[in-house]
Amino acid sequence: MNKSILAFAASAVALTAPQIVMAESDPTTLTFWTFQQAHATFFEDATERWNEANPNRAIDMNAEVYPYDQMHSNLLLALQSGRGAPDLADIEIRQISNYLQGDVPLVPLNDVVEPVLDDMVKSRFDIYSKDGSYYGVDYHVGASVMYYNEEIMDQAGVDIDSIETWDDYAAAGEQVVENTDAVMTTFESGDIFSFWIMISQQGSDIFGEDGSVTLDNQTNIDTLQFMQDMIYEQEIAVPAPGGDHHSEEFFGYMNNGGAASVMMPMWYMGRFLDNMPDLDGKMQIRPLPRWEEGGNRSAGMGGTGTVVTNQSVDEQLSKDFLAFAKLTEEANIRLWTVLGFDPLRHDVWDSEAVQADNAYYQYFHDDIFDILLDIRDEISGVNITELTPTAQQVIETNTLYSTLRSDSMSAEEALTQAADEIRNRMR
Amino acid sequence: MTLFSQTGQAKREPQTKVRYSFLYSRKIAPYLFISPFIISILILYLYPFISAVKMSFERVLPGQVFFVGLDNYERVFNPVFFRALQNTSVYVLLTVVILTVIPLILALMLNHRLTRFSNFFRAAIFIPALTSVVVAGTVFRLIFGESDQALANQFLSLFGASALDWRYGSATAMFLMVAMASWRWMGVNIIYFLAALQTVNKDLEEASQMDGANAWQRFRYVTLPAIKPIIVFLVTISIINGFRMFEESYVLWETSSPGYIGLTVVRYIYQQGIRNNDMGFGAAVGIILLLIIFIVSMIQLYATGAFKRED
Repeated sequence: MNKSILAFAASAVALTAPQIVMAESDPTTLTFWTFQQAHATFFEDATERWNEANPNRAIDMNAEVYPYDQMHSNLLLALQSGRGAPDLADIEIRQISNYLQGDVPLVPLNDVVEPVLDDMVKSRFDIYSKDGSYYGVDYHVGASVMYYNEEIMDQAGVDIDSIETWDDYAAAGEQVVENTDAVMTTFESGDIFSFWIMISQQGSDIFGEDGSVTLDNQTNIDTLQFMQDMIYEQEIAVPAPGGDHHSEEFFGYMNNGGAASVMMPMWYMGRFLDNMPDLDGKMQIRPLPRWEEGGNRSAGMGGTGTVVTNQSVDEQLSKDFLAFAKLTEEANIRLWTVLGFDPLRHDVWDSEAVQADNAYYQYFHDDIFDILLDIRDEISGVNITELTPTAQQVIETNTLYSTLRSDSMSAEEALTQAADEIRNRMR
Repeated sequence: MTLFSQTGQAKREPQTKVRYSFLYSRKIAPYLFISPFIISILILYLYPFISAVKMSFERVLPGQVFFVGLDNYERVFNPVFFRALQNTSVYVLLTVVILTVIPLILALMLNHRLTRFSNFFRAAIFIPALTSVVVAGTVFRLIFGESDQALANQFLSLFGASALDWRYGSATAMFLMVAMASWRWMGVNIIYFLAALQTVNKDLEEASQMDGANAWQRFRYVTLPAIKPIIVFLVTISIINGFRMFEESYVLWETSSPGYIGLTVVRYIYQQGIRNNDMGFGAAVGIILLLIIFIVSMIQLYATGAFKRED
């Protein structure tokens, strides 16, 4: 009897001892959920700098990385049920509307965002806002560009700087297929980016500004038909191996010179460095071809907003830290140097720190930010509504599959069907 | 009543025993023994079940819940749901047949006295059941990749067949899901059958052999009746698991399958309820699925005579 009491007491002491030590140094533990290892690394890096600058408000950062789908589901359930949510979390652009319904379970960031909004690309904040409250801070502008494999283009005898319009691009594609073993490009059939970039570039979108479904408008039909024709009429493009531009199958294909170019946002640079080592020194970044004279040469695409949840142990600390990690000049420079993202603060784009040599300049070329400054006013945003997750799913599941992959429907049929399906969900 | 008479009896017993006497009651004790299970079922199943029924009549948003009547149920019977139900039904049918017939044959082979290394095979066949479905899914995806270099396509090319887009056609998609489930659960079902085969009466078998029964007759009239309860059990479990299938589809197509070829009913619940933040609708689909599983299981149990009393 006595022995067991002693053992119990001893274990109780052992259990509480580390907590006493913790209490002395007193850092607040903040939990951060994300679906990108790179984002976790970025926040850990920011924590170190924060703790140096604010020793009396020290943070113990607990960054947890989960798969995309799992993280968003877990977060939604935690916020819905009122417990188990982290202090900070990443929410991807296409998922954000799920979190802005009902009594928004996120903390408004207006007091830290508004003072710096003038130096920022404002459209990136509107995405994560509702009724005048800003809830999320993005990582990047997401300016879409064309990545050309210069080796293949040279072999085909195409000067990439001569490609001005999409018609030029298609003509160059004919030359590539004729003179090399590669195709001109790949389009995503299991993800929405290729299609969304191309329609957004023309000022069109899935939803109008008023939230109505515009998916089946003429611009979108023509654009999807153009993509489908490039694959099945001209035979100069293929659906992306693996379905999208993030799959192992695609990385291998592109890395082996399967396609001469690929259209993705600026943040895709990191994928080249990590997954396509053989293309080092061969890739050239250029603005997108225009659809018409004076048309936009880019579109803001993708994005992930970091939010503070209403279950945070210390809302003010979380907000201040988030501002420190993503809104300051220093932070925006690091978004570029650490992650290779085009940062939200346009006043750092031509700063010395951003222009200084790094791995991205070495892999690609020096004038990346000159291109960005050049197309700065041509980066339109997208309209996000409550039904964006539904729309995304319908388009990825059916529309792009039946047009770009199986060629079983015309663009008009597929888009009309998809638009009707989304409209049916509106009630 | 019972308790009363028990305490009446207990009066004659020494004081200390009175408190525990109900433990010896033939009526009370059984309930006491199963109470942990009853309680856990009430907490872990009945409560969520009632919540789900309630939720299926609501629109659920953080901090705001509206009663919407039958609105969710009215939306359930749409083309996508029927597609999911069709996929699921085909999957159930295929897995039930494959996962009872083949394991039975393999178990008979392993149980045969002439089979060598049977212990090794038992272990080897069981190993897939221990594999994580996510790992298995990744390996399956690589084996059945769309490129010419993928293992399955190289195998096809040996026979002069052209490469297949495994994950993009509805027949091959179903094949992948069924193959993965069969590969994983084959070993477990073999273990069940092997255990059942040990209970077959050796004397009966010997007697039938002496009476001149051939191998098929011995199997049909001696072995099969003896292992019938296990067959009924496995078919029931396979049907229920088949209708609940989620992982196989999820690991093959993470976000959504092209043209809904891999959509199952449970995936549809997940997709609508969680990904599209429509919990009420998801709950409504869940209740419908519950009814379907209940009806199918009842028909099957009735048809196989599971409700008849053993004589």
